[in-house]
Amino acid sequence: MTTPLLSVRDLVVEFQTGDGIVRAVNNVSFDIPLGKTIGIVGESGSGKSVTSLAVMGLLQKPAAVVPQGQILFNGLDLLTCNESKMRELRGNQISMIFQEPMTSLNPVFKVGEQIAEALRIHKKLSQKEAWEKAVHLMNQVGIPNPALSAHKFPHEMSGGQKQRVMIAMAISCEPKLLIADEPTTALDVTIQKQVLELLHKLQQEYRMSMMFITHDLGVIGDIADDVVVMYRSNVVEQNNAQKIFESATHPYTKGLLACRPKLGANPRRLLTVSDFMTEEGKEKVIPVDRVQVFDKESVADKTDHVLLEVKNLVTQFPIKGGLFGGTVDHFKAVNDVSFKIKKGKTLGLVGESGCGKTTLGRSILRLVEPASGNIIYDGKDITHVKHEELRQLRKKMQIIFQDPYSSLNPRMTIADILVEPLIIHNEGGTKAQRFEMARALIEKVGLKSNQMNRYPHEFSGGQRQRICIARALMLRPEFVICDESVSALDVSIQAQVLNLLLDLQEEFGLTYVFISHDLSVVNFIADEVGVMYAGKIIEMDKASNIYKGAKEEYTRTLLSAIPRGETKQSLASLV
Amino acid sequence: MTKYIIRRLLYMIPVLLGVSLIIFVLFNVVSGDPTAVLLGKNATARQMADLREQLGLNKSLFSQYLDIVKSAFTFDFGYSWATKQEISQMIWQGAYPSLCLSIPAFVISTVVSLLISVFVAYYRGKGIDLFVRVCCIAGMSISALAYILFFQWFFAYKLGWFEISGFEEGFPNFISYIALPAIIWIVLSIGPDVRFFRTVILDEIYQDYVRTARSKGLSEITILLHHVLRNAMIPIITYVVIQIPSLILGALLLENFFSIPGLGGMTLNALNSSDFPVMKAMAIISSVGYIIFGLISDILYTVADPRIKFK
Repeated sequence: MTTPLLSVRDLVVEFQTGDGIVRAVNNVSFDIPLGKTIGIVGESGSGKSVTSLAVMGLLQKPAAVVPQGQILFNGLDLLTCNESKMRELRGNQISMIFQEPMTSLNPVFKVGEQIAEALRIHKKLSQKEAWEKAVHLMNQVGIPNPALSAHKFPHEMSGGQKQRVMIAMAISCEPKLLIADEPTTALDVTIQKQVLELLHKLQQEYRMSMMFITHDLGVIGDIADDVVVMYRSNVVEQNNAQKIFESATHPYTKGLLACRPKLGANPRRLLTVSDFMTEEGKEKVIPVDRVQVFDKESVADKTDHVLLEVKNLVTQFPIKGGLFGGTVDHFKAVNDVSFKIKKGKTLGLVGESGCGKTTLGRSILRLVEPASGNIIYDGKDITHVKHEELRQLRKKMQIIFQDPYSSLNPRMTIADILVEPLIIHNEGGTKAQRFEMARALIEKVGLKSNQMNRYPHEFSGGQRQRICIARALMLRPEFVICDESVSALDVSIQAQVLNLLLDLQEEFGLTYVFISHDLSVVNFIADEVGVMYAGKIIEMDKASNIYKGAKEEYTRTLLSAIPRGETKQSLASLV
Repeated sequence: MTKYIIRRLLYMIPVLLGVSLIIFVLFNVVSGDPTAVLLGKNATARQMADLREQLGLNKSLFSQYLDIVKSAFTFDFGYSWATKQEISQMIWQGAYPSLCLSIPAFVISTVVSLLISVFVAYYRGKGIDLFVRVCCIAGMSISALAYILFFQWFFAYKLGWFEISGFEEGFPNFISYIALPAIIWIVLSIGPDVRFFRTVILDEIYQDYVRTARSKGLSEITILLHHVLRNAMIPIITYVVIQIPSLILGALLLENFFSIPGLGGMTLNALNSSDFPVMKAMAIISSVGYIIFGLISDILYTVADPRIKFK
């Protein structure tokens, strides 16, 4: 066997924090052979990104310390290299693609210039040569009209295109090792698929080794040769990708494989990592009924009562122009949309960024004013209600936003955040009674009531989303819009939150509109699915019909974009 | 872009009408009869009536307002009550010494502060960074008067390097007069400037694109000067440009203590002698200055930040 290109040996990374030393990476060892891809899988905080930054020599010093271990790159221990040697390697022999294409490019420089920069310093190309090479690279990563696009600034490109620019930048000096840290997590599933295919193609062409970091085991099914599973700073399982998918041994890996909703049959609640292992990491036995396939449509409708009806709704935004910035035209974000939802049911709205699904959700809540059409809630036309009536309505209709990081006020405690809606609507009786309601609900969403005096930053993303859910439920609403409410979460956390939403729906008889770009998630949670494209609902049907026989070409594209890397094990065999 | 500039210039009209209205209300309506102040205690009713006639205070309120509006657009402010000179003439004369002091002082203090900020941003968290920050706070905590007195006594009187006060026209003669007030100006501005610039630069240093630049193998100094500073310039431009109109107004305190016959001194004199026309003129000029430099800083935004486009 030849020596691997990269060999990480017993790596330990520690961070000095206010509360003492935290070990982020504990005795991690793995090899990346020449020309192979290895996937490093784990949830946020498992140490996978820290490992990659250690390889790049980009750990934040002096907070981060590496007390032990070796990172051998072509036999050279990177941990012993000085800064100038590392600079020579970085971007040249080892390069990296980051998770956030939106913020990872410098906003004030042309993208062509940003790609050319590495070529100038490492390959000593002239300004002109570097620019030409940059255009060539942009062509290679599939950016249309590269000669013109090179002159664009990052904000003039879509998220997927920006990630292509990042890739062009990373491969510009033909590196031997490409580290991709969650390169597709911030992207829609359709774009994710394209980017994955591109990375795989380039990896073959350039004979690169690739280290692909992700929280979603499903994503790397098609491209990784080997998989390293990290959990709480440790490597818990390491094997050939095929073997991981066919016969995972560690309960955490099994949990990761099972928690992604499948397009076809799913159990009544998604399996989560905690079904497979205890807090201490011991394997658990899964009760048989947890894996039984559940057919939503077998349950008879309890009621025929239509809670919400939307008729020919149009919401438009003005396009400004002219000398005094007057409105010259309108952009129809929601264009003639109609649907009905029965009480206690879930309507899924699926589509890519910019298709108008968020605007539709906000129009229903009257957070943006519709231009025409009707919104009928519980038999009453609410399209134009105002003031007190609208305020009363807001009590019944709530929304859970996408980003749990920015939708909670960082300077309020959890208790204050939860009680605030009650104060606004003057509900819930005395201060003590309101607090008691908040306490009960926080336990219902799976947090501990003694955490209520903490601030949002003390919680993880999944916990914060639970807080957002609890806040939305404080006023005992009947109707909740979940706007990409699980998109920012790791798949393992996503499963927990989806289960929670279903539990709450059952208990409180909630009606949901569930907005997402991921058809597999919508298929799991929704009774009926509407596919949105360019402001219109182009297809609408029962969830099972959509995935079995989509009529529209566009729906089929969305379906095919869902990562295939599913376990070959049947649900029953997990028991 | 041209459209945007034209629109912004047209917006000046209502703003100037509003500014004229506020000045009119302050000076011509609520401030009462200035003739009593101008003529002193022993003035007769006859004298006061004559003076009112002479100053145009007998005109209808509306035509008095129109006079202010006219002056705001023509920059013809009439004559000073105190010196009987033409005000536009006085402003021209005062502007020269004021600008001799404020322009070099402002340019040097901004450039020096920027250099220090980049330097401490490079050594962020290290001892030298802490030292500079402590110096900034200390410098800001000392009163301007203390600097003026100490510098005049030590550098001008004891060492005799500079003139204690006064002003002489013509280059290089004025240098020995403005050097000391300019140094005090610089010392006074470095503290707040460095603190602001440093914060802005450090805000940028922890952005994702900086990590990308590092992953390309760029050196820390290239990252700082090329990638970070370019982004930090966006807030810095506003901060700097919006200070420019106040340069035209001169430095009230410094001009006074160093007996520099600039606009600052002129404004102070006008305040002391209830010279309304001069005060009105300065109020109008400073608002025009703020409008124009506000527009200039907005235009510079589009140069510094390609994300901002005006239509």
